Amino acid sequence: MRYLPHGPADRAHMLETLGEPSIEALYRDVPAAVLQAAAFPDLPDHQGERAVEAHLAALAARNRPAGAGPCFLGAGAMRHHIPAVVDALVQRGEFMTAYTPYQPEISQGTLQALFEFQTQVALITGMEVANASMYDGASACAEAGLMAQRVTRRARVLVSGGVHPRYAATTVTLADGAHEAVEVLAPDPLGIEDLIGRVNHETACVIVQTPDVFGRLRDLTALAAACHDEGALLVAVVTEPLALGLVRPPGAMGADIVVAEGQGLAGPPSFGGPGVGLFATRAALMRQMPGRLVGQTVDEDGRRGFVLTLSTREQHIRREKATSNICTNAGLVALALSIHLALLGEEGFTRLARTNHALAVDLATRLARLPGVRVLPQAFFNEFALLLPVPAGPVVETLADRGVLAGVPGERLWPDYPELAEVLLVAVTETTPPADIEALVDGLKEALS
Amino acid sequence: MTATVSGHRGLDLEEPLLFELDTPGVSGIDEPEPEPGPTRLGGLEREGPIGLPGLSEPAVVRHYTRLSRRNYSIDAGMYPLGSCTMKYNPRLNERMARLPGFADLHPLQPEKTVQGALAVMAELGRWLCALTGLPAVALSPAAGAQGELCGLRAIRAALRERGELDTRRVVLVAESAHGTNPATAAACGFKVEAVPADARGRMDRAAFRARVGADVAAVMLTNPNTCGLFESDAPELARALHDAGGFVYMDGANLNALVGRVRAVDLGADAMHINLHKTFSTPHGGGGPGAGPTVLSAALAPFAPLPVLWQEEAGWRLIETMDGARARGLSPFGRLSGFHGQFGVFVRALAYLLAMGRDGLRQASGDAVLNANYILAGLSDVLSASYPGPCMHEALFDDRFLKDTGITTLDFAKAMIDEGFHPMTMYFPLVVHGALLIEPTETESRATLDQFIAVMRDLALRARAGDQAAFKAAPRLAPRRRLDETQAARHPVLRWAPPPSSGASSDESSFRTAPLSSNP
Repeated sequence: MRYLPHGPADRAHMLETLGEPSIEALYRDVPAAVLQAAAFPDLPDHQGERAVEAHLAALAARNRPAGAGPCFLGAGAMRHHIPAVVDALVQRGEFMTAYTPYQPEISQGTLQALFEFQTQVALITGMEVANASMYDGASACAEAGLMAQRVTRRARVLVSGGVHPRYAATTVTLADGAHEAVEVLAPDPLGIEDLIGRVNHETACVIVQTPDVFGRLRDLTALAAACHDEGALLVAVVTEPLALGLVRPPGAMGADIVVAEGQGLAGPPSFGGPGVGLFATRAALMRQMPGRLVGQTVDEDGRRGFVLTLSTREQHIRREKATSNICTNAGLVALALSIHLALLGEEGFTRLARTNHALAVDLATRLARLPGVRVLPQAFFNEFALLLPVPAGPVVETLADRGVLAGVPGERLWPDYPELAEVLLVAVTETTPPADIEALVDGLKEALS
Repeated sequence: MTATVSGHRGLDLEEPLLFELDTPGVSGIDEPEPEPGPTRLGGLEREGPIGLPGLSEPAVVRHYTRLSRRNYSIDAGMYPLGSCTMKYNPRLNERMARLPGFADLHPLQPEKTVQGALAVMAELGRWLCALTGLPAVALSPAAGAQGELCGLRAIRAALRERGELDTRRVVLVAESAHGTNPATAAACGFKVEAVPADARGRMDRAAFRARVGADVAAVMLTNPNTCGLFESDAPELARALHDAGGFVYMDGANLNALVGRVRAVDLGADAMHINLHKTFSTPHGGGGPGAGPTVLSAALAPFAPLPVLWQEEAGWRLIETMDGARARGLSPFGRLSGFHGQFGVFVRALAYLLAMGRDGLRQASGDAVLNANYILAGLSDVLSASYPGPCMHEALFDDRFLKDTGITTLDFAKAMIDEGFHPMTMYFPLVVHGALLIEPTETESRATLDQFIAVMRDLALRARAGDQAAFKAAPRLAPRRRLDETQAARHPVLRWAPPPSSGASSDESSFRTAPLSSNP
């Protein structure tokens, strides 16, 4: 048992020191019947590294890695190229095996990195402050709704039909404790929903996504003004933060809270988790923010240092009166995102965004030439919804058999809306070589003919 | 301390912020400029620069390497944080999670292309169910606190179905509970009532029995509790609550004492979250990501959140809709995450479970308890133990031994830093004064424990000898001395902004000076 340092002599010595006959004797406060009931006949005994590796490698081999062939899946989980440096640095034990930085004198590495992360998130979203991360984009979205309810002391949360349906569902679930006032609008593939007309003096916030789940870039300026006229907040969701290297950030369009999923810039999709939720807001609202915050201060010698701060919002102090029950965040994934942004810098981040957009424009132009195929959004970043002449689900299955992961069919995200069955969400990134684009265009052409 | 020109002190290297290392025009990534072509941004182009600094690849590597060296870590030393279970994080876990067949899977791939990943989830679920004796598990909670939420929401859904949601409004929480317990119960719309501890440090049996009734939805009980003591009455209290129609939520934070020896089901638990990042060795990562799968009794299983992992003839499936769930006799209370939970953490935890096996897990929990008792015995005559032993996986002391020294638990903890140890959990649980909660875990060697005990004994004797000034000045050998947390909270600076002299953009300067909107 290679993870256990004691040899038999150590255990014997320690038990002797304690005057105890056995380890089992230390469990004497557990009722005997409880100890006797615990049997685990179906569990195997310990195994060496080779055996564990073989077992898990066999399971991994039953999957088709997205990168094994053309892949156009997005919809909240993106595949970007992650530089070698990112994984090398996050695997440093000093980062990976550290605890939450509650002892700042010996946690300045994590604390400074998170302070830098908060600054980067504020910069790209166009907001004033950001927290040290949330579990993922969906829970960040839900927490934004709860925060708006606290700030405005109103119950009603309006969720746009352009918001990722899984985010909307998570928001409904997490708001369901004290309030039951979340209204989710029907999916809005054409970008025609009227949000402004629905905002009133009871609205805590409107949650809207840009680029939305159909890929459409939305100008939030008028909506933000309408929200503010009624004393409501505007929450903007971003599932592809690389877009912020090219398009106007929600902060510049009047958003009060911006939440995002940072996974695509931090690491591989990992079958959907762990991700990292980004959460940014205006400085005036910082004390209502959920999650951990790192702040700058000085030590006794006057040297700059960083600490977790404003923790009087948090559960370990406030208990049932806390702003949220959240305890952990996504520290290591936040660090990975931050390292990637440090590598990219202004030049790299904006250029990578332009590369992604150029590929998407090219792909959209080619796909729009296929008979019966429509690209739904006029304006998009690196992802867009197609309307096919036939249901997308079977097309995706057929193309998967030929090695092409064509995109996310409408039935997968909106199983309750058969009218979206012909929708196919297609994403393209810098990881997509030209030959893969050809494969998708040819594959779709064939499948639709 | 001798001042140096550089500010560095030997291997202790000072490091500026990324933003202070900016070399405009430099990037750590060679990304070719795309061919000029049409855009389809609808007039929503970004205006003006973002403000991200430019650094070369070596500059980035040096920056983060230097930062990393300012962290304590489990790789470098013992982390005796009570109720945090800071054990060794096996590197095999990391290698397995990075297999392309796991890491490079998109969550929305056709299910026929991810059968191995769904099998990983199913296999992890089988281990968790077997180890706890409960029949079902919800894997998607992202962390312990979300697992608590999952359990309480399942309880709420069950009560709603029984038509008792309006009458059962109270959740009982042990006085010694983690802060997440009351915060979660409140977030689920319940009224929180604390149950006091008795003189033995256990939940007061009489107070509990007196409070059980038709208005109680559930009790949240940590076992072993946060005093490091086994709640021996747990089965009996659970029976009493079950008889009265309530549910038992067991907080699994301290599961490391029990794995392979005691099952939650035999303690009467209806639901329990399992912190994979504690008990099952996945890294804490400086504060996440964790994972908090939640095991559920048969009565609560139908209410588990979406997605539900389901086996059919064609293979594993994820049930993602309410209709799909209802067709299978389920009534999910909702969903907690965008996709299927912390899959990368699942792979790591499964690698650990396979490596340890039934016998290894049993040895690990036993060693964890042995180590905690060794510390309790080694320190009981100089520190003040709050309760007599044996303890379980953690040993609780309070600050009576510091009485009249002018030294606080905090001072004592900071002095440990100079001795090369991470402090233990302080001022928690709240049921004793100035708590020092020490959890060594099973992965610390006898030599390390002996050194830890020697350090703690020496510090205790020095404190008793009246060496107050030295304690107040600690730590002196860490990269930073004590930090001014009051200033940090009173004048929060949560991000870098360029110094005013360097030609700050109007956006940046407004962050510091402008009255930030009165809305709403």
